[in-house]
Amino acid sequence: MNKESLLYISKRDSIPWYKSWLIRGIAIVLALIFCGVITMLLTGLNPLQVFSTIFYGAFGKARKTWVTVQKLAILLGIALAITPAFKMRFWNIGAEGQVLIGCLASASCMITLGGKVPNAAQVAICLLASLAAGAIWGFLPAFFKAKWETNETLFTLMMNYIAMQLAAYFIIVWEVPKGSGNIGIINQVSEAGWLPVLKLPLIGEHKYLLTIVVVALLTVVMFVYLKYSKHGYEISVVGESHRTASYAGIKVDRVIIRTMVLSGAICGLVGFLLVSGIDHTLTTTLVGGRGFTAVMVSWLAKFNPIFMVFTSLLLVILERGATEISSTFSLNASFADILTGVILFFIIGSDFFTTYQLHFRKARKEAK
Amino acid sequence: MKKFLALILALVMALALVACGGKTPTPSGTDEPDPQQPGTEQPGTEDPGTEDPGTETPAFKVGFITLHDENSTYDLNFINAAKAASEKLGIDYVIKTNIPEGQECYETACDMAEDGCKVIFADSFGHEDFMIQAAKEYPDVQFCHSTGTKAHTEGLPNYHNAFASIYEGRYLAGVAAGMKLQQLVSEGKAAKVGYVGAFTYAEVVSGYTSFFLGVRSIVPEATMEVTFTGSWYDEAAEKEAANKLIQGGCSLISQHADSFGAPTACETAGVPDVSYNGSTKDVAPNTYIISSRINWEPYYEYVIKAVQNGEKMDPDWTGTIATGSVELTELNADVAAPGTQEAIDAAKAALEAGTLHVFDTTKFTVEGKALDSYLADVDSDANYEHETEVIKDGYFHESEYRSAPYFDLTIDGITLLDTAF
Repeated sequence: MNKESLLYISKRDSIPWYKSWLIRGIAIVLALIFCGVITMLLTGLNPLQVFSTIFYGAFGKARKTWVTVQKLAILLGIALAITPAFKMRFWNIGAEGQVLIGCLASASCMITLGGKVPNAAQVAICLLASLAAGAIWGFLPAFFKAKWETNETLFTLMMNYIAMQLAAYFIIVWEVPKGSGNIGIINQVSEAGWLPVLKLPLIGEHKYLLTIVVVALLTVVMFVYLKYSKHGYEISVVGESHRTASYAGIKVDRVIIRTMVLSGAICGLVGFLLVSGIDHTLTTTLVGGRGFTAVMVSWLAKFNPIFMVFTSLLLVILERGATEISSTFSLNASFADILTGVILFFIIGSDFFTTYQLHFRKARKEAK
Repeated sequence: MKKFLALILALVMALALVACGGKTPTPSGTDEPDPQQPGTEQPGTEDPGTEDPGTETPAFKVGFITLHDENSTYDLNFINAAKAASEKLGIDYVIKTNIPEGQECYETACDMAEDGCKVIFADSFGHEDFMIQAAKEYPDVQFCHSTGTKAHTEGLPNYHNAFASIYEGRYLAGVAAGMKLQQLVSEGKAAKVGYVGAFTYAEVVSGYTSFFLGVRSIVPEATMEVTFTGSWYDEAAEKEAANKLIQGGCSLISQHADSFGAPTACETAGVPDVSYNGSTKDVAPNTYIISSRINWEPYYEYVIKAVQNGEKMDPDWTGTIATGSVELTELNADVAAPGTQEAIDAAKAALEAGTLHVFDTTKFTVEGKALDSYLADVDSDANYEHETEVIKDGYFHESEYRSAPYFDLTIDGITLLDTAF
């Protein structure tokens, strides 16, 4: 009798989109159940109550919903920024630093120019400075990669630390009062350099609306850019193979640099939205790891900007919900991290099932 | 396709099983938290389930925002006071920990206001601007910020600051340290004290100077070295800073940074330590002498009662020894020098009687000269201008014109090893 394993794995050729989303859906449901079980075992709380708290934390009140959507917009914005680079197989894990340097550029313009120029000009200067700063942070690793084949993963990663140290340095330069290690809200009274509150006909006005609208537009533009433009096509060809691209007459170096400058500039734009539009301050933790979470958002959505809306929404709901759980039930904040970790584990794990297929062998029949 | 269906079926079954597994304990799950309530250490929100408003009669509710969690001595001190005051007054409360000094503070404060909190407290200096932002948006809710400096000039009726004359507590802790140092000097050790500070900010400067003056009241030739970590909570940096001071020949260590880093380093090195924000005897039974701390309970009670009764309250409140806000924790008799308690009691009585002033200008010099006039930065303005004369009747009037400390001079005898922060 030859022994055959009951189970074998094969790579899927392709998977219809509904199937892959079904698998992810199941993964999320399983993750939630698993979280419920751990919560119950560790704390003795009712899991249903825990889930309703997650939902309450994200959408319980109009203001919570706004904050959730605003956080979604920022995370999505960063994910959109890194997507062209990732599609090109340029592993840009420097979004954290590219956004932070954009934040620093905005904050420095707000602090040094506060009240000296008209507000519209001030906002425009902040925007340009952030775009330029982000673009430079994207350009450097791309240039070195194109010229000398340096490793872009390490390069972009190290650029994060440079950005963080620069931010830390300038926080001490601009701290108020002296010695407190704090910048506080920049131009709290004059609101110079603050993005205006946008008012839309149906939705009315809200202070986070502008950010949300900007990122919504960006999503559509990025979708069109990647799918229908010549640049988008070049990016995918370069991503498939540098040689094929060269053979087809694409200047690979130029595409790499151009794409990374774009990637960095969009990160800079997000930094601008964060500082001028939302936080109005500068801390070294302003980006808060979202530059890395964005990689997951982009990856899980298979680099499709429209799907990224859903993946980032999911991650934001989980993060807000987990925070709400830990405070509502007086648990340590680390508990929120445990829950988020469990859920991410399931979601990333589900990727296995969308790429590979499990086959159960019908051993007996074959034996006969 | 069949396989796919089979897989789905299997998953659905598994799901159903797990779901049942999850649901069955529900009834016991719901009544479990109640018996737990009084005993466990987390009666936090008295009602985990009834977070959404409307299910119960709306009780008086307050919110507390802290920068770190119970692992920080500073935040633990606030959290304990929050629980004690709320339970004493029988009100509902929520505590949100690990709220950074940024937009999250504003969002959390607004969330609390919308969840029905009548008073919202925040504990860290950097929360201030974000609390002000929230206060402007919710005029019917009172926002109370500890350690802040802007309330007395901001003119917002629902925004308040509070602090305590902790420099007096520091001075008394300094007396205990001085007694120990005297003993160490007689054993041949150097008359040098080390101090781990967080930032070069007035609150820290005032703290280490008053501590040092307390030491000097016993050992007049004492000197002190101060180093800064650039963070309110960084266990590794604080440990390293304490080790650096110990290696530099300091015979006794004290700190103004919030982790157990410095006390642990002292315990390992066997160097006596005077801590802050509460007793660290648990981690350092052989080196902990005493600790000074602000007891926030009297302030919390004062505010909550005032709001409940619809009374006006002080925009800038200063707690004192008399209000019970400035406290020393238990003296560790195993480590302290003999006669320490008596020395502390004598100094405390003199402070309360007004015969002793911590910042008596005859007791310290700046660049070799005694001070007869000093303009301090009391009112917050854009340029942080030093505008208020604070020396009168022969002493520096700390925490009188504003609750938060404003003593920011470097006096002779204190060496700052680094001032990067």
